[in-house]
Amino acid sequence: MAKNYTKSSFKKKNMLPKKETIDFLLNYSKALSVINYKRMKFETLLN
Amino acid sequence: MAQILQDSILVSNYIKGDECSLGVLIERHKQRIYSFIYSKVLDRDITEDIFQDTFIKVIKTLKKGNYNEEGKFLPWVMRISHNLVIDHFRKNNRMPKYDNNGDFNIFSVLSDTDLNAEKKIIKNQVERDVRRLVDELPEDQKEVLLMRMYQDLSFKEISEKTGVSINTALGRMRYALINLRKVIDKHNIVLTN
Repeated sequence: MAKNYTKSSFKKKNMLPKKETIDFLLNYSKALSVINYKRMKFETLLN
Repeated sequence: MAQILQDSILVSNYIKGDECSLGVLIERHKQRIYSFIYSKVLDRDITEDIFQDTFIKVIKTLKKGNYNEEGKFLPWVMRISHNLVIDHFRKNNRMPKYDNNGDFNIFSVLSDTDLNAEKKIIKNQVERDVRRLVDELPEDQKEVLLMRMYQDLSFKEISEKTGVSINTALGRMRYALINLRKVIDKHNIVLTN
């Protein structure tokens, strides 16, 4: 039987971000607010 | 088509303040975006970072009202992640890392700082050329440049020694450098080691 020495390409299964990353993003989104003042935009993070 | 329509509705809902819409969008596209990033960087932790940075950028852009590609949410996010992947590789090229695993080679970190014979010769030649160029400068500029670069005096000390104001000394230094550059450019002199 022929041996295959090539590296297997990365497995597609389980290719998902961690739950913590997604939680962080959702919390970041809730905490971020953009304030418009005279054509300027200010970002504020309210944690 | 329904999918695209739904994305655009979710995006506009999110812009209007519906935070849940973002959760749905991330949930819907996380696998494709994450796999795409991983296929480029082949490292779980870096993928996680780039994925996070991608959505931070998405969130900021949407909240600032700068998003104007309705109906093309996924390609837009993919483009952001693609750009961040490029940034990642650029950054790593500027600051190469040494991995200490496996057959770690100490000489990849420690290098011989002494110049070899060839480099010593080149260094001497360059220094001699610079000296000759400096000698061509007008006397007042040469005086300031020598005091500053070779004697390491401050401009205050130079002004005291030469009896001119600090501003004049600064100006002479400036013109000395400009003139040196001019001569170097004019004669195509290469001063590199």
